[in-house]
Amino acid sequence: MLVRLSGWGRTAPTVARLVSPRDFEAVANIVKKSRERGVIARGLGRSYGDPAQNAGGVVLDMTRFDRIRRVDVDAGLVDVEAGVSLDALMRALLPFGLWPPVLPGTRQVTVGGAIAADVHGKGHHVVGSFGDHVRSLDLLTADGSVRTLTPDGEGSALFWATVGGMGLTGVVLRATLHVVPVETSYFVVDTEQVDNLDDLLARQSADDDRYAESVSWFDVTATGPRLGRGVLTRANHARLDELPAKLRRDPLAFDAPRLFTVPDRLPSGLLNRVTGRAFSELWYRKSPTRSGQVQNITRFLHPLDVIGEWNRGYGPRGFLQYQFAVPFAAVDVVRQVVERIAASGHVSALNVLKRFGPGNRAPLSFPMPGWTLCVDLPVRPGLGRLCDELDELVLGAGGRHYLAKESRTTAEAVRRGYPRFAQWRAVRASVDPDGVFASDMSRRLEL
Amino acid sequence: MIDAVGNPQSVLVLGGTSEIALAVVRRYTAVRKPRVVLAARPSYRRDAAVVELTAAGVPVTAVDFDARDVDGHPAVLDKVFADGGIDVALVAFGVLGDAERAWQDHEAALELAGVNYTGAVSVGVGLAERMRKQGHGVIVALSSVAGERVRRSNFVYGSTKAGMDAFYQGLGEALRPHGVTVTVVRPGFVRTRMTDGLPPTPLSSTADQVAEVVVRAARDRRELVWAPAPLRAVMSVLRHLPRAVFRRLPA
Repeated sequence: MLVRLSGWGRTAPTVARLVSPRDFEAVANIVKKSRERGVIARGLGRSYGDPAQNAGGVVLDMTRFDRIRRVDVDAGLVDVEAGVSLDALMRALLPFGLWPPVLPGTRQVTVGGAIAADVHGKGHHVVGSFGDHVRSLDLLTADGSVRTLTPDGEGSALFWATVGGMGLTGVVLRATLHVVPVETSYFVVDTEQVDNLDDLLARQSADDDRYAESVSWFDVTATGPRLGRGVLTRANHARLDELPAKLRRDPLAFDAPRLFTVPDRLPSGLLNRVTGRAFSELWYRKSPTRSGQVQNITRFLHPLDVIGEWNRGYGPRGFLQYQFAVPFAAVDVVRQVVERIAASGHVSALNVLKRFGPGNRAPLSFPMPGWTLCVDLPVRPGLGRLCDELDELVLGAGGRHYLAKESRTTAEAVRRGYPRFAQWRAVRASVDPDGVFASDMSRRLEL
Repeated sequence: MIDAVGNPQSVLVLGGTSEIALAVVRRYTAVRKPRVVLAARPSYRRDAAVVELTAAGVPVTAVDFDARDVDGHPAVLDKVFADGGIDVALVAFGVLGDAERAWQDHEAALELAGVNYTGAVSVGVGLAERMRKQGHGVIVALSSVAGERVRRSNFVYGSTKAGMDAFYQGLGEALRPHGVTVTVVRPGFVRTRMTDGLPPTPLSSTADQVAEVVVRAARDRRELVWAPAPLRAVMSVLRHLPRAVFRRLPA
């Protein structure tokens, strides 16, 4: 079936043959019969750009492989198929008092996608990224064979090339994940309203280590001394004795209301200087400083999940998310980027700033020790130029782009940003010499 | 591939010495360095364009292409697409000819029809086949307002443009399910080599102004645009004028 596919940003759609295989054997057959334009796996399509689309080729819909095969409560291990969403996984684990340690900004991603993009969450400074918790994975490679890979065993190079490898080493079929015990499904949250960017940076540097989860939102519409004012939200998992009596009766409860779904008919341009400023003002004011507040998962971790298809709010022209990381020493670049965006006239409402902990062994894994900053920008004339300018700042400081969000940079930028790119490329070349696995992103960035 | 903000990675110009097309290429190469293929007859102008783009750091190749040689078109396109896909293809060739000769001289009439219509259909079918396979791409067809309502003063040229315009609009419908966009651009009077010596009409533009319209339309995946935009309203009126009135309008 020919289907027009795009990423979550709804930019650059292309047409591919979308197939939904019923079993792993069918996946292997499709891969073996692949033609010139190749094959790529797709999960829930939450990458912002083009890594899960494949113009003129085949796209494997993996969401049918949604079985959680085994939960080992004592060992803290769970064996899942690649199409299981983190939402389903979290819901299944909570009754056992277990928790997937890495949850990104949305739970609507598959395990396969989370591995391929090596996603991170608000707890990166403590627990690392998704790949750090994968104990083994089954990878279908270009020759049609299935290899079981572990982080340290034979084939560990392919394991780490698959983590963050954007689906280009093969198709992840199954994985065994490490999960952690929790007493409740709640968080004890400290919220700090902060006047400016410098303060926001300073507070996170000072005592992030006291929290399991830490993230900040900042305002790019306020200028001058209030530039980068924001809200710092940090939390730890609530222990049972920290819950109010009412919640203690069902400490592992989980409720994710879907309040409404955004219709598909909104025009572009709804987010503009006026609405952007109003939103930012509201967001800033609604979060006064307070400590020790008990919040549930949706409110603390995934507030956007209550709105279905919120990406439609940006209209048909779509939007892009610009996310980069720079070393701590290059903190000035964070400031410059915020200033540059504030001065540009482009408006971003959802802005995130966070401290990363150490990176991992995966050559294309995004997180590195330093700051990561992320802005959502609706596509408008001049946006390409602004992003090209930001690229120079980021790459010049030894920073890099997050490929799960990336939709417009150059092949050269990826090579500059990821010093171990050649190492990754060599593994890909050895396991997929003919380039069976291909996506719009792999063609665009020559991966 | 075309990225989220509309930057193509490869641009093909059929009629690679067209001033409008080269202005489009310059606009693309001012932002990024896409692979550029100039398909045209060998000429000094083609060489000059290659030299200019190469000096600017653009990977450019020239390919021999003659709009009249329809039998040779498939081979030319095969060669072009063999080096990887084409994201944006501009169908930019065309001849204006001598309008009075064109309706009285058999050979001149066939030359216009052969280049502007038959040639355009020939490459259109070839591009469609190849872009369908790659599941994406933009074909920009440089039409003309002259085809929207033909005038006594240049109706042979106008009729060829009317034909190619209709063909590419239909091609756009056919290619929609395959992820390929066809953008038909209708410029008014453009001050170029082709119109040198002709008296300019109101709402005339430069090649670069048309190029700006083309780049924007391709980026936004528009299907039909006028250059400049107000021509749309003007042509809408002209299209509906009774003949008796239309023929009295100044040429």
